[in-house]
Amino acid sequence: MVLERGEVANSWRRERWDSLRLLTPNWQSRLPGLGYEGPDPDGYMTAGEVTEFIEHFAKVSRAPVRTGVNVTSVRRAGDGYHVTTSRGEMHARTVVIASGACNAPSLPQFSDAVPASVEQLTPFGYRGPGQLPDGGVLVVGASATGVQLAAELRRSGRPVTLSVGEHVRLPRTYRGRDVLWWMDESGLWDERYDEVEDLTRARRLPSPQLVGTPERASLDLNALAATGVELVGRWAAVRDGRALFSGGLRNVFSLADLKLERLLDTFDEWAKTDGYEAEAGPPERFAPTRVPESARLQLDLRSGEIRAIVWATGFRPDYGWLDVPVVDAKGQLGHDGGVVASPGLYALGLPVLRRRRSTFICGIEDDAREVIGHLARFLAERGWA
Amino acid sequence: MTTVANGVNVQALLEAREVLKDAPEAAQFTWRASAKWQGGVHSTMKVQSFFGLGEEQGHNDEWTFEADHPEVFAAEDNGITPIEYLLVGLASCLTAGVASVAQNRGIQLRSVESTVEGAHDVRGILGADTDVRNGFNDVKVTFTIDADASRQEIEALVAQSQKRSAVFDALTNPTNVTVEVA
Repeated sequence: MVLERGEVANSWRRERWDSLRLLTPNWQSRLPGLGYEGPDPDGYMTAGEVTEFIEHFAKVSRAPVRTGVNVTSVRRAGDGYHVTTSRGEMHARTVVIASGACNAPSLPQFSDAVPASVEQLTPFGYRGPGQLPDGGVLVVGASATGVQLAAELRRSGRPVTLSVGEHVRLPRTYRGRDVLWWMDESGLWDERYDEVEDLTRARRLPSPQLVGTPERASLDLNALAATGVELVGRWAAVRDGRALFSGGLRNVFSLADLKLERLLDTFDEWAKTDGYEAEAGPPERFAPTRVPESARLQLDLRSGEIRAIVWATGFRPDYGWLDVPVVDAKGQLGHDGGVVASPGLYALGLPVLRRRRSTFICGIEDDAREVIGHLARFLAERGWA
Repeated sequence: MTTVANGVNVQALLEAREVLKDAPEAAQFTWRASAKWQGGVHSTMKVQSFFGLGEEQGHNDEWTFEADHPEVFAAEDNGITPIEYLLVGLASCLTAGVASVAQNRGIQLRSVESTVEGAHDVRGILGADTDVRNGFNDVKVTFTIDADASRQEIEALVAQSQKRSAVFDALTNPTNVTVEVA
């Protein structure tokens, strides 16, 4: 049974902004037995199209979904779990947590100290530029969300300042192909969680600075700066109504540029050894991220310069309903490739759950087969199959 | 991976990292210095004890530092300026970081030298212009590194060193500082 608090594809319907498109090209939208069949395989679906795609999958796979059912508690009981929901209680021998890692926005503590005269939005509440007052916007975080919203708000004519911490820089295309084609084909996305050098870090990586547009444009910080977006360092604190930014901006640019270079080196190596060299365009390298002459270290939030803040500072999961002691001090679920340390309890759809591709639409099938394989053996061992 | 010899006991640091992940109280250190005015703008500082891993600790020796201002500041030049100590701190912290990261990444260093420059408009501290800040306007560190590594790998060492540097963070990010009278 699949319990869904809202409708199928709920977060795509309710928790994302109007102009949102997938970062991944449509041909990468592969679910078990269902691929993208539309006219634009190299294009990027809108949130609405993703919703339709997932709804269609729910129908053709005949998944036993119960919508409008909010799970308020899961706790161990007897040989399984007692599940309390808004529509009644049930007992289950096994439970798969598929609520994802993005249940609530992550905000820094000092967001409380922002003057009330400045409107604050997160990706959950943001729908489009029309919602915001006229005037300057401070976008916090240079993840995919951050750069996309900064670009959109800048296009609306507003002055935009983007606060940049560590980020992942990627070109949209490389040597003539979508960069995610390279991630997929080269096997990088198939790197397993038990092979990744620093798993904790890999699981916390911000989404790469990509946007899905028909022009397949790159949306890195140089592109943003060219449209007039002001770049400042990572927002560190609020003091006396002033936002204080890090003076270490140059190094986060270096870190991202160096990491990109290493990635492209890996792609080029793979292209050589896998015989793709002839078909691909020539290797490219991209201009280093340009450091502003002198980036501002502070901004007076009381001056009226900034009328709104958009927090693109990431998300966190909400396990408030999970009454099993498997959540760590930082609110993260403990698991080994999706197998949680409580018999019969599993997880799917978390970052690098089993592979780097785990949180992408094309990553769920292999993960699901393996995790459910474990679940099936668990039931069989107990004679419950 | 070949064992390189940069002299950093990376194994001990990695073990400490694992242990301290689950023992945050033990990770709380307090570094200390005491200062005594000597007259003019000359002070003598001593550093010996510190707190960490749940108990009082100490350096093997007590270290003494003099600070003063130079003659162009109408002072006696009995020691370097307080602000030069920050540059000393930054250079040494980043250098230690380069060595540690190099050791961890199996890169053999042959020499690591750096120069640090802090651009400072002294009208701030003289009170000559309230639009001028007291501290540095800009700090620039230039590393010259000879190592068994590509330029890209060396740049990555330096970038990673900044990422994990205490003094780099203390200079680039705001820090709460409380000054009281006993």
